[in-house]
Amino acid sequence: MATLELRNVHKTYGVGLPDTLKDIQLAIKDGEFLILVGPSGCGKSTLMNCIAGLESISGGAILIDDEDVSGMSPKDRDIAMVFQSYALYPTMNVRDNIAFGLKIRKMPQAAIDQEVARVAKLLQIEHLLERKPGQLSGGQQQRVAMGRALARRPKIYLFDEPLSNLDAKLRVEMRTEIKLMHQRLKTTTVYVTHDQIEAMTLGDKVAVMKDGIIQQFGTPQQIYNDPANLFVASFIGSPPMNFIPVRLTKQDGRVLALLDSGQARCELPLGVAADELEGREIILGVRPEQIALGAEQGNGLPGIRAEVQVTEPTGPDLLVFVTLNQTKVCCRLAPDVACRVGDSLNLQFDPARVLLFDAGSGERLDLAATAVKDNVTRFKGR
Amino acid sequence: MTTATARLRASPLDALQRWLPKLVLAPSMFIVLVGFYGYILWTFVLSFTTSTFLPTYKWAGLAQYARLFDNDRWWVASKNLLLFGGLFIGITLAIGVFLAVLLDQRIRREGFIRTIYLYPMALSMIVTGTAWKWLLNPGMGLDKLLRDWGWEGFRLDWLIDPDRVVYCLVIAAVWQASGFIMAMFLAGLRGVDQSIIRAAQLDGASLPRIYWTVVLPSLRPVFFSSLMILSHIAIKSFDLVAAMTAGGPGYSSDLPAMFMYSFTFSRGQMGMGSASAILMLGAILAILVPYLYSELRGKRHD
Amino acid sequence: MTSLTDKPALNLSRIAIHAVLLLAVLLYLVPLVVMLLTSFKTPEDIGSGNLLSWPTAFTAIGWSKAWATVSGYFVNSILITVPAVLISTAIGALNGYVLSMWRFRGSQLFFGLLLFGCFLPFQTVLLPASFTLGKLGLASTTSGLVLVHVVYGLAFTTLFFRNYYVSIPEALVKAARLDGAGFFTIFGRIILPMSTPIIMVCLIWQFTQIWNDFLFGVVFSSGDSQPITVALNNLVNTSTGAKEYNVDMAAAMIAGLPTLLVYVVAGKYFVRGLTAGAVKG
Repeated sequence: MATLELRNVHKTYGVGLPDTLKDIQLAIKDGEFLILVGPSGCGKSTLMNCIAGLESISGGAILIDDEDVSGMSPKDRDIAMVFQSYALYPTMNVRDNIAFGLKIRKMPQAAIDQEVARVAKLLQIEHLLERKPGQLSGGQQQRVAMGRALARRPKIYLFDEPLSNLDAKLRVEMRTEIKLMHQRLKTTTVYVTHDQIEAMTLGDKVAVMKDGIIQQFGTPQQIYNDPANLFVASFIGSPPMNFIPVRLTKQDGRVLALLDSGQARCELPLGVAADELEGREIILGVRPEQIALGAEQGNGLPGIRAEVQVTEPTGPDLLVFVTLNQTKVCCRLAPDVACRVGDSLNLQFDPARVLLFDAGSGERLDLAATAVKDNVTRFKGR
Repeated sequence: MTTATARLRASPLDALQRWLPKLVLAPSMFIVLVGFYGYILWTFVLSFTTSTFLPTYKWAGLAQYARLFDNDRWWVASKNLLLFGGLFIGITLAIGVFLAVLLDQRIRREGFIRTIYLYPMALSMIVTGTAWKWLLNPGMGLDKLLRDWGWEGFRLDWLIDPDRVVYCLVIAAVWQASGFIMAMFLAGLRGVDQSIIRAAQLDGASLPRIYWTVVLPSLRPVFFSSLMILSHIAIKSFDLVAAMTAGGPGYSSDLPAMFMYSFTFSRGQMGMGSASAILMLGAILAILVPYLYSELRGKRHD
Repeated sequence: MTSLTDKPALNLSRIAIHAVLLLAVLLYLVPLVVMLLTSFKTPEDIGSGNLLSWPTAFTAIGWSKAWATVSGYFVNSILITVPAVLISTAIGALNGYVLSMWRFRGSQLFFGLLLFGCFLPFQTVLLPASFTLGKLGLASTTSGLVLVHVVYGLAFTTLFFRNYYVSIPEALVKAARLDGAGFFTIFGRIILPMSTPIIMVCLIWQFTQIWNDFLFGVVFSSGDSQPITVALNNLVNTSTGAKEYNVDMAAAMIAGLPTLLVYVVAGKYFVRGLTAGAVKG
């Protein structure tokens, strides 16, 4: 049971080489489940290795329970890790795999036996104890790897993409199981993944990483609803958020985004006017489920007619693709919507929920903030 | 700042753990630096001295190399190496590939046959040389056998014929190494993607044609590795000559390795012997460097 | 590439293939058969018959004479080979372990330098090595030969283990470190138990190389410390007295039997070693 804090953690593999980790800054409370998520090569695994002490950091500090562990060897940090490849010792049977760390730590044999029995029961692997890892299925190996981590009762668990070697069905099962385990044991956990579903479902806190930098750190809901930039918005969510390049115009003091489906045009009002947005290259971010099928009699929301190009029924949803501003846009509709390729649909956007990004920097443009700022300037102007 | 605290925290045992890998490797690093590169340098230096029976460090410039190039025996040895190397490598590769392709046709008892082809590789070149010296013995060996079997005019006296004695070395060396090349190519053939062959079969190509145009070209890496190893064996060949001909008749079957040994250790021409050793190293490097270069370049391509 | 057609038909070309392969088997076997036949013949028998004629009477006189001549050198070869194989394999295993699992700045460069040793023509180090052995007081001793074989065998043994260990997932070492195990504990408890195949390959390779060595033997030993290969060569190439080919062949068989035996018993590892050594780096 422990808190974990990373202070300005920096990592480089040599002078002149690009930084692998840049100024990593985050803290989690006792018992929290932290997800490090990002594409391969973003530095998430390096960061995990640094937390474990398997790699040294070049600058900053790692604190566990407010104690600086940066210089400690892995064995003194009291951390256990579950690896993507499971890393079970192939020449030892399951019992010895679980007991290895306890033996090294010179725990008395009776206590070891007791601990192995406890863990085996917890993970329902009692019948596998005498087998070698080579005789186990992927899911069973996964359980043993978790058992090895659980046996030491460490302060922090680290999971390094533990589910990515499992087939789809097993992955979902194990995901739930890991969550159950965490709810029961309440041990502080850091979990590395490139799978955004795992990130959303498992984490109390999520850190989205790219190029060695934390792009955003927050709860899954914050990451999903309030992404800090284009990258975070595109990485989280499936099917991914639509990004529509738009031109803005001003009318009656309001900013309008122009949408063009080829057969119709629409001006989407974007809340309050913001002078600095005018004429800039802006990207409109809309999640597929935030595009609604417009009612015939109109409900006040702006809408646009667009031609259906492809439909993909997924079971629970119907994904419909249309083209807006020469960009393919995915809409997530109810499965019972009757529509065929070539049909024309009336699509509606809730202006309050669309996001705006700067096309150049990818940074999120906070409408509310600009609005407030706008108000302030306006107020001053008065 | 953090690194400073890190150092403070590290216990002496941790520090030892951190140094252990380097400590473990240190003796080998010393051995390699001294025993490999230091000694090469030493030999290089000796080749520029007047050393005879004992090493002296009197500078002789390129005199030893000049003497070497004036030495008829060195030229014979070098030409022999080209002849021996060329024939040995060519024939060994041809036989090795041929047998590998035949063995790849789902042969019953393949394991047994492979074992027979490969067993000479387990033998010392001295044993091989002894055996073949007896087999090629003029008057008592194959010479007599084939006459006994009815080939009246058969003569096989290459072992005492200065113009043909090198062929005897080639025969013995091919017998020893061809099974090994066969094994390498067979392993390579087993790694060839089945679907390529199926695709070629669907295109209507005949089996020999598939091998010649599709399968064998894909074994280029194996081919180059084999070439490397065989040239290496050829240049280092010493024991085979020692056992079969001792360089004779006269010095007609000398090879550079034999030359180096006899001038350095029997004739007390340390300086010239060193010079010849350096030239041998040069020959190896001339083959090795392009090979490694192409290997590395190839890897970068992937 | 085991099969090209699903059912090999017994047609003409397949018969031809089998015939060629069988002929090659016979050709490869001839020298061994000749050696065996000759070694069991009497000198008179050798003179009157030919290479493949059946001995009129089998006699072990050649073998007993040969053994009397070379037995001491046979023992020398054992005294040289066994320690040299064990030591060079042990060092190679540790080196390979460091070079794959505990890399540090410069370790890759060192591996590159070491690799070159696989190609090194030993002629370029013979003289300095003999001076060094002289200085160490090991000239013309079996211990000196052990040392030389260990030093110049390191390149291959390290290569074997390094290439085997790089295929072991690094996570295994990481897991063990988190479990609290140190450098030697990880090696002894986790890595070494996984190394049986490569240990076999390395032992067999080194055994064949060192047992069959002639160059180091002839340069660094003399008289009583010579290995069997040097003794065999001396025996075969002495020009004094009548040649006793049966003794020569028996001695050659004696010199070749240990490696042949290893090949027959553990041929799988022998081939793997050859090809592993061949596909360097």
